[in-house]
Amino acid sequence: MKHSIYLFGVLTLAAAAGCKKDNYPAPGSMLTGHLLYKTDTIQVERNQVPFQIYQYGFGKVGPIGSTFSQDGTLSAVLFDGTYKIIVPNGQGPFMWKQTPAGDPDTVNVTLKGNQSVDLQVTPYYMIRNANITISGGTVSATCKLEKIITDANAKDVERVSLYINKDQFVSGGDNIANKDLAAADITDMNNISLSVAVPSMTPTQNYVYARIGLKIAGLEDMIFSPLQKISF
Amino acid sequence: MKKLLSITAIVAVVLGLTGCKKDSDFLNVQPTTFLTTDQVFSDPNLALTVLADLYNRQEDISSLDGNSNDPGWRSFADFSESFPSENGSSYIVQRTGWPYGQWAIDWSTAYTYIREVNLFLERDSASTQLADADKKRFYAEGRFLRAMYYFELCKRYGGVPLILHSLTLPSKDITTIQFPRAKESDIYDFVISEAEAVKADLPADPATKSRASRAAAVAMECRAALYAASIAKYGASTPAVSLPGGEVGIPASKANDYYTKALNAAKEIIAGTDGAYSLYNNGGNLSDNYANLFIDKASAESIYYEDFKTGGKVHSFTTNDQPYSLSDEGGDAGRLDPSLNLVEQYEKLDNTFAPLATVDGTNNPIYYTNLQDIFAGRDARLAGTVLLPDGLYKGKKVDIWAGYVLGDGSIVTSDEAGHTVALPGTQTKVQVVGTDGPVNGLELRTQSGFYIRKYIDPAVGSGRRGQGSTVAFIRYRYAEVLLNAAEASFELGHPDDAATYMNQVRARAGLTTPLAAGDITFDRIVHERRIELAFEGHILFDMKRWRLAHKVWDGTPTSVTDIKTNLGVAGTHSTQPWGLWPYKVYNPTDPTTNGKWIFRETKPALATGYNKFLFGNYYSQISNDAIAANPKLIRQPNQ
Repeated sequence: MKHSIYLFGVLTLAAAAGCKKDNYPAPGSMLTGHLLYKTDTIQVERNQVPFQIYQYGFGKVGPIGSTFSQDGTLSAVLFDGTYKIIVPNGQGPFMWKQTPAGDPDTVNVTLKGNQSVDLQVTPYYMIRNANITISGGTVSATCKLEKIITDANAKDVERVSLYINKDQFVSGGDNIANKDLAAADITDMNNISLSVAVPSMTPTQNYVYARIGLKIAGLEDMIFSPLQKISF
Repeated sequence: MKKLLSITAIVAVVLGLTGCKKDSDFLNVQPTTFLTTDQVFSDPNLALTVLADLYNRQEDISSLDGNSNDPGWRSFADFSESFPSENGSSYIVQRTGWPYGQWAIDWSTAYTYIREVNLFLERDSASTQLADADKKRFYAEGRFLRAMYYFELCKRYGGVPLILHSLTLPSKDITTIQFPRAKESDIYDFVISEAEAVKADLPADPATKSRASRAAAVAMECRAALYAASIAKYGASTPAVSLPGGEVGIPASKANDYYTKALNAAKEIIAGTDGAYSLYNNGGNLSDNYANLFIDKASAESIYYEDFKTGGKVHSFTTNDQPYSLSDEGGDAGRLDPSLNLVEQYEKLDNTFAPLATVDGTNNPIYYTNLQDIFAGRDARLAGTVLLPDGLYKGKKVDIWAGYVLGDGSIVTSDEAGHTVALPGTQTKVQVVGTDGPVNGLELRTQSGFYIRKYIDPAVGSGRRGQGSTVAFIRYRYAEVLLNAAEASFELGHPDDAATYMNQVRARAGLTTPLAAGDITFDRIVHERRIELAFEGHILFDMKRWRLAHKVWDGTPTSVTDIKTNLGVAGTHSTQPWGLWPYKVYNPTDPTTNGKWIFRETKPALATGYNKFLFGNYYSQISNDAIAANPKLIRQPNQ
């Protein structure tokens, strides 16, 4: 009879220990960030400009990867800890800081709770004073190109494009109409104008979204003006 | 008691008897369930089985049998050269690009293979029992297979660690077996030098096609040198696609040297030094002749192929891609449908380009009496590669048409292939759409208006799941060698030689007006390879080495104007597969058009994505696991 009391005790202990779930808590800290040039956000194409987050100290090292959204923001839900963020070489319409060896330099983030991080980069060009209007079924846009990098790393303009789309994703791949202006046809970088007719849409809607994009020679990612909703 | 005594005595005697055996004999028992290395490498037939396994595990980007994740037909179905008519594979035309890891060979699969070839070579050369002739040939074949494999790795990854002997896991320092990536040019140099080194030990015999032959080694050398040369030359246009250590990218100064090597290798095969090879030309209908080249295993054109055999290894390419209405197997057909993008590229017989005439100058439809009239007067390879509407398969016509078009331009059709409906003003139901489609979203029938003909086996029963087809997949053939020679000659500044080589391939396809030296341009070289080598696993690697991939698959949707203009111009974008749908005219009031055919360029409704090839796609991603296990591997550019 004594034995069964012992047994009872052991079982109770086992049951109590078993109450604890054996899986880890989910990551709970939100890391958000912006691609910035000084105070201006860099607008890019969705799903095209990747970033990589590394965390050291846990054996194998590999990046957690994702891409910036089209307004140049990143977000990731992580565990608290110390992380390093990079943008791989050759990605984005901008120059990411590099180490003397030519590797992308890291941005260190110590995450403790939700946190926002600004990623300062130097774009090759910025699209300034973008003004998009509609009149008579034609979307017209004017803007100015500001060349930011003028040293040995400078790159030429390949083309400027105006894109319109039915929804908020507007880029070379996501558009219902577009107009290209090749570099050779640009006479004044301070005064660029483009226009494109709005095609018929099914179902009909009385607005479109528009952005001006700039393709830089030798880079595959375009830089854009902020998204505008054009109602008519 | 007595009994116990006698049992003990017997046991003692038995133990005593067995105890007479030497300890070493007792402990060294020969296994009965597997063969030891010494046994295998003492018998040429057993050694050959090891080699056969290595042959069987070669890598191809496209293959007729494929594997369970990527069945054979699907490995041909991308890059907007075709439309995949299988609902589970629509993702091919719905994605908007490729992940960086696309086309990679799994890193550990790759180096397992390399290790096993290295072990084979070591064991073969250590063998004392094999006859010298066998040993030598096996050794040459092993080195050929290893070079082929490194070539395949290099096409995908650029420079990879060049491991030429089997490695043993060290007890302490793992870093002694971590090797950095070699330069991309080092791998190509290795492939070229290995081919030169082993060719003398391989049979110069055109009948040896599924095992390494002298010509196979030289053809591999030729292609490898050409790839290296064009990466050196055209890589200069994409400086972003390179690494400072040369793991990716080859200096432009090496281009001429590689082109010369490619040309010399091609000349060796053309001169017949490696055996008598020639273009397959058995007369008769030129399109049939071209199609038969892929069926006839004894053809003098094929140099090296992956063979299949009834009762051994068969494939289901015919099962998957045969025309639906003439299928051997209900519910299996029509998956691989060539696109209009490709079909428009076939020249007219006077060497000029023209889009298929669907409308006249004022945008009114052109009426054709017969379905095939619109394709008349084209390069014979069109009907040899693509099964056109009304085309013959096993002596019967395929039934491809999209519906009736009425006098007012409206269309009577159905979403069910072969469905019958009463036309306006009539009572009798008639068939309003072909039994082979095209109907949007109706899988296993064509959705582009074409079926594939290349590799489709006309043998009875080859389309059955249980029987399968034994058509071989040609890895190297004489026409490609000629085109390699043409490209190398052109790049080395001899367009006259280039024209001579290229005209042979073109004449076989009915383009009998020879091109002059002045006609040979880079565009011509690119175009000829796209046509001659369509669906043979070349397009991705060709577009990569010319650094055209990011221009052709540029991530912007393809319009009908794009399809019909800039034909034969290298780098014209092609990001979505289009189709050409025939309609029958029903207009009893107008006897001049009634019963005739019109054609409309149609983008299959499922083709909603577009191809977008990024700089980071030029070289497949080395997996993070591989890099974590070997930090000496540096990452690919732009990833």
